[in-house]
Amino acid sequence: MTDITKDAGGALPAPAAARASVATDVALVATFAAFIAVCAILPGIPTGSGVPITLQTFAVILSGLVLGWRRGALAVLLYLAIGLAGVPIFAEATGGLGVLAKPSAGYLLAFPLGAALAGLLASPAVRSVGWARYTVLFTAGVFGSFLTIHVGGILGLMARLDLDLGAAVAIDVVYLPGDIVKNAAAAAVAYTLFRAYPDLLRHRR
Amino acid sequence: MSGPLRQPWAGPLGLYHPGDSLLHRCPPGVKLAGLAVAGIAIAVARGPLSAAVAVLLAVATHVVSRVPWHRTSRGVLGTLVTLLLVGAYQWWVRGWAVAAEVVLDVVALVLLATVLTATTRADTLLEVLARVARPLRRVGLSPETFALACGLFLRTVPVLVQTSLEARDAARARGLENNPRAVLVPSAVRMVAHARATGDALAARGLGED
Amino acid sequence: MIELDSALVTAYAPDPAGGADRVVRLLGPVSLQLAERRIAIIGANGSGKSTLARLLNGLVLPASGTVRVDDLDTATDGRAVRRRVGFVFTSPDAQIVMPTPLEDVALSLRRLPLSADERDAAARCALARFGLAERAEVPAHALSGGQRQLLALASVLAAEPDVLVCDEPTTLLDLRWRTVVDDLLAGLDQQVIVVTHDLEAAARADRVLVVDDGLVVFDGEPAPAVEHYRALMAAVRA
Repeated sequence: MTDITKDAGGALPAPAAARASVATDVALVATFAAFIAVCAILPGIPTGSGVPITLQTFAVILSGLVLGWRRGALAVLLYLAIGLAGVPIFAEATGGLGVLAKPSAGYLLAFPLGAALAGLLASPAVRSVGWARYTVLFTAGVFGSFLTIHVGGILGLMARLDLDLGAAVAIDVVYLPGDIVKNAAAAAVAYTLFRAYPDLLRHRR
Repeated sequence: MSGPLRQPWAGPLGLYHPGDSLLHRCPPGVKLAGLAVAGIAIAVARGPLSAAVAVLLAVATHVVSRVPWHRTSRGVLGTLVTLLLVGAYQWWVRGWAVAAEVVLDVVALVLLATVLTATTRADTLLEVLARVARPLRRVGLSPETFALACGLFLRTVPVLVQTSLEARDAARARGLENNPRAVLVPSAVRMVAHARATGDALAARGLGED
Repeated sequence: MIELDSALVTAYAPDPAGGADRVVRLLGPVSLQLAERRIAIIGANGSGKSTLARLLNGLVLPASGTVRVDDLDTATDGRAVRRRVGFVFTSPDAQIVMPTPLEDVALSLRRLPLSADERDAAARCALARFGLAERAEVPAHALSGGQRQLLALASVLAAEPDVLVCDEPTTLLDLRWRTVVDDLLAGLDQQVIVVTHDLEAAARADRVLVVDDGLVVFDGEPAPAVEHYRALMAAVRA
């Protein structure tokens, strides 16, 4: 790579607009869908406290933050479609339509919305740098997951287990602290990815 | 099944169990419609008695499918702990009848859906989905692109498992195994590199551009 | 025939100071006419040779200047260009896009007017040509590195391109597989343009380009080209 300062000639033309990048979109969507699957089936990362972190929601939010709301939601939808069709890629290596009947179905069905909302809210990241960008990403992730995944999860618990709102919230609230940590991690990873691949940030959609 | 090399999550078969029972031969659309009807019926019917009948019917379906129990039990056992806890809670708050209905309803539905999954190949179900989603062609999501994305997904999972295991080993080699960042960041960077290389390869082969 | 006319490639790069991204030059301006049957491109890591290779089939587009393949502009006729110019990457992992070899080769054949059965038969035939007939339905990730590179080649060649561009096709292979792939490339009817670190392979080409710091600094016969490249590397070390 040649530094611009070595060229005496002055301003360089901006890089050519990306070629019709449907192929790259398909590849990114499929790869992030696969990443969500891997995060769901790999054993969690051990932590000092002894409660392992499983990374499924981390991967869902990361898809939205990195790919943008449309491609992020498509990645999650692809993951759900393949999982519901019977490939065991949901948490604990389950799959198939059976998961829709389970109490946790609400969380799963809200994942695409979570990725989409996080992706939408993260749009200002392209115009910010440094800590401001990290803050945008983190905030987008937190609102994206709390307003969709947790709401969907609570509704699912109420419907499936015939619980009232208070009882469902009591079950859900256990996951909140872990989700803050996962959103912090997702924002940090998204931030690093935008540093490594600047055009990724320009082409979010 | 095409041999022991094929990991369950890396193949188009998924949780399918090969067989030739009535349910295996039934068209997937009919089975899906049947499951939808069962889901609505279970939700509408109240009381522990109807829930018990639903479980019996689900068990009968399972027997007809001739799928071994151990193939489907994992999906049911996974929720059993949650179900027992919530069942106990409901019993305490609202009595045994509500508790039994809630628990049995979920067991029946999970069982039915698992039998459908075990008697239908994953790629067949995805074809049904692609057919249902055909109107989306107008917004640029053709069935071909969907099929390509599914194939790419199945191909990418083992690649990413490999990458993340390598990242974990690398972190361990540096004494950073308890630092999630040392695992996540390199995995994610390599994943995006892989996705972009794949996009280039697809474009180079003239795929995914229509 | 591939023609480059003052092609210049730039990209965004992060500002080390943490500010807004800057524009940097990756390659060029380069003007070339590539007509020889066997062309090798050599140069140091990061010199721009992969960018040059990617320019040839429109995977990378010039920020200014043009690249033409048989009078088709890569910027406007990308799909037609890529139908003519096949591309093999260093790592087969990214370019095998389907779970099994059979499905992967069949995918390349989708453009041809074949029935599913004919496509299957043609794909098996293509795999047999590369000694992969037995592995047709084994998961791609269970193949060895050499077999995967052969599969990548098989999939690209199944679409019958006029030109084959290879970006370091043998860098990840052991000596045995390197020989297999080199022999295969040597036996092709198509024009072959290979980016390589293997100077022996470069010496067998009709024409060799040496790329350094984003520019073609030597263009000609293999022997003086390799000499030029060695001198360049020695100068860096001194």
